[in-house]
Amino acid sequence: MAADPVAFEVAAAPHTPPKASVPVMMRRVLYALVPAAACHAWFFGWGLLINFAIAAVAALLAEAAFLRLRGRTTREALRDLSALLTAALLAFSIPPLAPWWVPAFGSAAAIVLGKQMFGGLGKNLFNPAMVGYAILLVSFPLEMTQWVPPRMGDIDYTRLTALEHLSYTVTGELPAGQSLDALTRATPLDLAREGARAGRSFSDVRANSLFGEIGGRGWEWVSNFLILGGLYLIYAGIIRWHIPIFVLAGLLLPATLLYFIDASRFAGPAFHLFSGGTVLGAFFIATDPVSAAATIKGRIFYGACIGLLTYAIRTWGGYPDAIAFAVLLMNGAVPLIDRFTRPRVFGHG
Amino acid sequence: MLKFTTRRVTGGLRLPANKIRSTERPIRRGLIPPRLVISTRQHRGPAAVPVVSVGDAVLRGATLARAESRAGADVHAPTSGRVVAIEPRAVPLATGVTSESCIVIDTDGLDRRATPPAPIELAATTDAQLRQLTRAGIVGLGGAVYPTAAKLQAGARCELLIVNGAECEPYISCDDMLMREDAEAVIRGAEILRRIFSAERCVIAVERDKSLAIDAMTRTADQLAVLGVTIAELPSIYPAGGERQLVEVLTGVEVPSSRYPAEFGFLCQNVGTAWAVHNYFSTGEPLTTRVVTVTGEGVAEPGNVDAMIGTPIADLVSACGGYRANPIRLIHGGSMMGFALPGDGLPVTKASNCVIAGDPAEFSRDAREWACIRCGECSNVCPARLLPQDLLLAARASDPAGLEALALDECIECGCCDIVCPSHIPLTEIFRQARPVLRRDREQRAMGEAEAGAEAEAKAGTEAGNDGR
Repeated sequence: MAADPVAFEVAAAPHTPPKASVPVMMRRVLYALVPAAACHAWFFGWGLLINFAIAAVAALLAEAAFLRLRGRTTREALRDLSALLTAALLAFSIPPLAPWWVPAFGSAAAIVLGKQMFGGLGKNLFNPAMVGYAILLVSFPLEMTQWVPPRMGDIDYTRLTALEHLSYTVTGELPAGQSLDALTRATPLDLAREGARAGRSFSDVRANSLFGEIGGRGWEWVSNFLILGGLYLIYAGIIRWHIPIFVLAGLLLPATLLYFIDASRFAGPAFHLFSGGTVLGAFFIATDPVSAAATIKGRIFYGACIGLLTYAIRTWGGYPDAIAFAVLLMNGAVPLIDRFTRPRVFGHG
Repeated sequence: MLKFTTRRVTGGLRLPANKIRSTERPIRRGLIPPRLVISTRQHRGPAAVPVVSVGDAVLRGATLARAESRAGADVHAPTSGRVVAIEPRAVPLATGVTSESCIVIDTDGLDRRATPPAPIELAATTDAQLRQLTRAGIVGLGGAVYPTAAKLQAGARCELLIVNGAECEPYISCDDMLMREDAEAVIRGAEILRRIFSAERCVIAVERDKSLAIDAMTRTADQLAVLGVTIAELPSIYPAGGERQLVEVLTGVEVPSSRYPAEFGFLCQNVGTAWAVHNYFSTGEPLTTRVVTVTGEGVAEPGNVDAMIGTPIADLVSACGGYRANPIRLIHGGSMMGFALPGDGLPVTKASNCVIAGDPAEFSRDAREWACIRCGECSNVCPARLLPQDLLLAARASDPAGLEALALDECIECGCCDIVCPSHIPLTEIFRQARPVLRRDREQRAMGEAEAGAEAEAKAGTEAGNDGR
């Protein structure tokens, strides 16, 4: 017989502790971006890392300031790492040679207008990083085109050192003898759109040395590492496969179809897959749980529509890359999608 | 043998079973604690009325308290001894700890019987058979302790008797061990229940991961060749063993919370209950013991104990080597739906399928809660296909219309949403506490309607009066 009665804590069921946590999820998504970021830095220089650092500081400051304004505690919210993730996704969308206030302003706008105005994490209707990107794209169209050519032996490119790049980002001063025109180059998606507008055939456009076997050179590799990161997220159970697969299907099916109809006019599916923000959008942006549809059925529809809209905007729209706008449009449709895909309750109807 | 095709479960989770430690040794038997605290209410329904007084000597199997109707069940002495008190005590029942009138017995260690064991003839009419079950104190041993005789509604026809050996909840292994060690009694008990309920068929459902139990059961069923009893393997997904989930997996029929499976022709009984039924008809012994799993990292030698009803949990743990390390939480039931006990002085009831003494590493959780990020994992695992993320908003706003529209009633409090929630929101507890909001609102509306009805009548009366004037 037990001697003394032992006292125990009282707690509500279930007693099994939860499996995942928000900060751990966010951290893993950040980890999943690391290989692609390293690859990006290899091909396109220090810009991504500098932009990320600026965007991260701006995001955290903006979040803290706004939480203070809302009379909320700041520490807990900053610890969930969602602001850092927003900064990272935005950094991928900003050209390497953008001046410092582009990532700073975009990131602050993403946090304040994209997230905190709606009531903070979990309440935002739109993907904050894409809100920031859209604001930047319409506010600073020129600065948002300052992309650079990839580090490839046969391509004429000049690489700034980390210090030179940082000094340019902060002060706008390039090292002596360098000009922005010489450093920047249009992206393959830009060229494709310009070419289409000028009535040139796509096969003619892609003769440019910026185009590789499948997509834009350098971009192909970044995309490969993003796919790797995305597969890790699916494997680790951070995201489910439905959204990325259906975004890609929605984009690649019409691309394939039109490519077969007229290969000289329309870019092929591989080009669409490996260019611009396709992979980043499919695996990292459209999958943002807060702004995506909630049910599996809803996610399939949501993903497929993002893919289709991306193709439509890329092919017939006014902006070179369209993932951001497609995601934002579908974010707006999520409440409706959720309403129509509400599952039938057990035993009802 | 007839094969039973099972369907997919809605939602659910694969959980670490944590059952290996408690199934390493055979069921411990023969424990007679110095004192038993036997609740007169061991079941859902009214308490039985004591028929013994303080000071009475009682023998094993003697009736201590009698049920007044089929909605209850008799309570018996598990061993010989003397009644030293009849007083209210805290006891763990199906849904929590409640204060019940208890008969306290100091045992004499002699285990003297009232009558030598002898088989009992199954009565001729259903009514008499059900009365036999009430007299034998047979209630559902799966944890819900619904009196077995009360399960058969008058006039209802039972097509399929489902004997539940799923035992899907982590830690619990009492049914598994019972099937491994005494498959014959379980199958024979199931056959007796099938006859009592005049069921056309009977299926004994066991989760696939209990391979030893399935082996024992199928082998025994083949040997006995009991026609009409089939063994079905269930997917090992929690909560496949929930009554409504089990009906769904086996038959595809979804029984809503407002109705009973019996209305659809299904009756569910636990394998432990089947064992107890067989034990009663083959030996005449009423239900006075049950197998209890005693496990958790805080127990030195976990295992299953065939424990007398009324055994203090402290004695049960002592029989399993006592506590080790530093147990922080004592759980009655499994780790998903069980409730925490304030202390180990509480007695075993017929509802006690498992006792877990958990150490901090097992059950401590980060108390920090994050904002809901609407990831929807909760709705993906919900076996009732609810939207916990939306229910959460309705519950926090105490919005009865929202709770109603989102079908809070269908929540079975299985805890799956809690486990997958990355924001660590205690969803199940929030939903549990939201139920009164919905109930009060319904009462108010019912009252409002009644008043409105009365007013309308009064008005009609005055108008009629006016007309007459």
